[in-house]
Amino acid sequence: MSNKAVAGNKGDSIRSDCYVELELTKKDGIQIDLQSKVKTLFGDSIIDLCKRELKFFGIKNCKIKIEDFGALDYILAARIEAAIKQLIDTDKEYLLDLLPQNKYKTEKDRYRRSRLYLPGNTPKLALNAGIHKPDGIILDLEDSVAPAKKFEAAILVRNALRSVDFYGAERMVRINQIPKGLNDLEYIVSHNLNLILVPKCESSEQIKLVNEKIEEISKKKKVENPIYLMPIIESALGIIKAYEIATAAENVVALAIGLEDYTADLGTQRTKEGKETFFARCQIVNAAKAAGIQAIDSVFSDVSDMEALKQNVLESKSLGFDGMGCIHPRQIKIIHEYFAPDEKEIEKAKKIENAFHIATEKGLGVVSLGSKMIDPPVVKRAQRTIEQAIDTGKLKRSWRNDYVG
Amino acid sequence: MSVRFEKNAVGRMIPAEINGKPVIPFQGVGKYKPTGRKFAPKISTCAEFPLDGNKLVPTLKEALIKAGIKDGMTISTHHHFRNGDLIAVEIFKMAQEMGIKDLVWYPSASFPCQEPIIKQLKDGTIHHIEGSMNGALGRFTSLGKMKGVGVLRSHGGRYQAVQDGDIVIDIAVIASPTADPFGNANGVEGPSACGLLGFALADSQYADKVIVVTDNLIDFPCIPWQIHGNYVDYVVQMGQIGIPEKIVSGTTQITKSPDRLHIAEMTAQFCDEAGLIKDGFSFQAGAGGTALSIGVFFGEIMRKKGIKARFARGGSNKYLVDMLEEGLVEYILDGQTFDLDGVRSMKDNPRHVNTSPFTSYNYHGKGNFAGILDIVILGATEVDVNFNANVVTHSDGYLLHGIGGWQNCLFGKNVILPIPLFRDRIPVIRDEVTTICGPGELIDIIVTERGIAINPLRKDLIDKMKNSKLPIKTIHELKKEAERICGKPKATEFEEKIIAAIKWVDGTVIDVVKQVKI
Repeated sequence: MSNKAVAGNKGDSIRSDCYVELELTKKDGIQIDLQSKVKTLFGDSIIDLCKRELKFFGIKNCKIKIEDFGALDYILAARIEAAIKQLIDTDKEYLLDLLPQNKYKTEKDRYRRSRLYLPGNTPKLALNAGIHKPDGIILDLEDSVAPAKKFEAAILVRNALRSVDFYGAERMVRINQIPKGLNDLEYIVSHNLNLILVPKCESSEQIKLVNEKIEEISKKKKVENPIYLMPIIESALGIIKAYEIATAAENVVALAIGLEDYTADLGTQRTKEGKETFFARCQIVNAAKAAGIQAIDSVFSDVSDMEALKQNVLESKSLGFDGMGCIHPRQIKIIHEYFAPDEKEIEKAKKIENAFHIATEKGLGVVSLGSKMIDPPVVKRAQRTIEQAIDTGKLKRSWRNDYVG
Repeated sequence: MSVRFEKNAVGRMIPAEINGKPVIPFQGVGKYKPTGRKFAPKISTCAEFPLDGNKLVPTLKEALIKAGIKDGMTISTHHHFRNGDLIAVEIFKMAQEMGIKDLVWYPSASFPCQEPIIKQLKDGTIHHIEGSMNGALGRFTSLGKMKGVGVLRSHGGRYQAVQDGDIVIDIAVIASPTADPFGNANGVEGPSACGLLGFALADSQYADKVIVVTDNLIDFPCIPWQIHGNYVDYVVQMGQIGIPEKIVSGTTQITKSPDRLHIAEMTAQFCDEAGLIKDGFSFQAGAGGTALSIGVFFGEIMRKKGIKARFARGGSNKYLVDMLEEGLVEYILDGQTFDLDGVRSMKDNPRHVNTSPFTSYNYHGKGNFAGILDIVILGATEVDVNFNANVVTHSDGYLLHGIGGWQNCLFGKNVILPIPLFRDRIPVIRDEVTTICGPGELIDIIVTERGIAINPLRKDLIDKMKNSKLPIKTIHELKKEAERICGKPKATEFEEKIIAAIKWVDGTVIDVVKQVKI
């Protein structure tokens, strides 16, 4: 092994990050060279953190240079750990406390209208992601991370899962493609993760491999909360296998489609009209619905064109999708607004919900509307429509007060 | 030498004198009411001026000599050219060449382009600056390198200081985009067009000698005459007085940062829910990316409601001009124009009115219109748990910004500071601000991306927002959240030496800034 390692990022545009150069030495103890734009206010605290972490990994002699651009503790700690682990072989993990407000479970059928992708190795974007209220936040280890940065990204993502407030969004990580992605699981499974995105999924076998590994880690680390899977189908083969994948395991809660890779696989170009992906999108929706899970559309990549995004959402919804990915926080509001039920849907849901309410009040076991009996799943869907309508401001929570059926 | 200190009304220790002049500590908002008569300029006689109205002097240097430049004088400039000003640096280079010492520079604001003035600060040509010390000048001052103590004033305070006789301007140099040989001048025409010259109004009226410098000399009369030639001693024609693309930038854009847009949206929603956006209301729109987008969100709300604003206070730019032209805003009362759309509108649209600190902000006016504004959007580097705010220093102690119109605008009816909860790990909400520039009683609402705090004094607003879906929190909750994320910052340490005084709008001293410890 070499005795020098680096981790992190530096440069003019870098903020909320740091760059660490570590050199193991034979004598002279710990020598820390800190350059920080927040040195006056946090210099002592950064040096203290650095010393504690080096001690934790048993390092007694080293030169460490930290160029800090306003990194928070969990970011500094991740960068230092990434540098250390390139030089010494250890299973130890330097973990900061898990934020109590991050200890929540999610439901299998919760909303997944918007899921916001964040590049796993760019910490500044993660800090405020939750305030934009996406349904899910994805810390991405796959395409947005350069191959040479995968290792430090995994440590940073682990620390982010513990320290960044997700403000109630479903906590997601996109791992690398299987089998490589299986190694990512060690870093993420035991930190109150809610959902894993499995990219370029092409078989139920891959889902089984992921689940075996999750189970192994869960046993070892005593993980109790459920971890759901959202396979992303991104190839012609994957589309053919969609139903097999959707039904591969109980914890597969949604099927997503990735159109950039899919069109590349077909050897065609993605167009605005999307004729070339129409079949694939329908196949995903159909497979997902057949399996009783959610269908999730691809991202819309022109972040400046909100009108086109709106059209995209409307089409997506009309095909039967329940949500889509987003790559910019400003897309979230549009996605929520247009995946939300329209007036007709709300009116219908109000009727059903009202009938259900009356039936419950009267102690009736059967809900009926006019002469029609209504099945429980229909009631449930209506209730969800009502919730969405309230959530997007299209309906008052007290709507029943002035409801005339 | 030991200086006596006294605690002022916001609890800051203020020395009895600064730059050898006695100091009045801040006594509370509206408490200090000096009596007597205002300062008056020297009597001039038109018989001493050319009857044909031609006041042209060949060079600026000659004009300075004619104006009697000598050691210890106060020389003023305005900042309508923003970062494109070529004149201030030129003046002090000339003074240096003439071997003049201990000048006081009295700009209405300083900009990064004036960094070369550090040379004259170092060699004693300039004793100190009374105005603002931004960027490099601030850093230089913070390190204790300026000979005298810097004095920072608001735009209104600058006018007040002149009317009080606290500052006597010996020579005012007014860079003017267009002027005639008599000295009438305006900012709407010419290659260096900057819109208006309101910040130079006091200088023209009160300075002993007034020099108008222009690169667009036209025949008498120069109309509009924003600056009246009747106040002007000399007119100088120069090749170039400013860099147009740095005076007005066509690139003032609403922010693209999702976090700032989020704050802007929350601010607009707050104003709407609190009932502040109603027919005939008024607002002040800043030039920053967040403030601009708040204006755009206001526009959306106004369109939806079918209402109009009676007036908007600028800094104007394309966005505000668009609102004026669309009829969403009936008048723009403008303090400075930030882009070419602003300049064009000011020139052509009688509803786009140029103002000066006299009409908008002056403490010695019989009222001013800052207080008439319904909604005021301002920034801050720090806010404390008592809503006191800082706009001049950063948390590490460095003096980096001026006050501008900030203090004056605090008198608006609803003062809102939309700010991020932290910047690069530095919490914005603190137990105590590094420097108090405005007392908390005048600051009503803090909007951050993680919550909105309403000043407890504004029970009416707290009441109105009781059922809001917006995240209304206490300022203490916001502070706690900032520290949870960033950690608690160490208190900044300072040297004993005072490097700058912060004046309140009435001329009293609200705080001082000390030299940073390195």
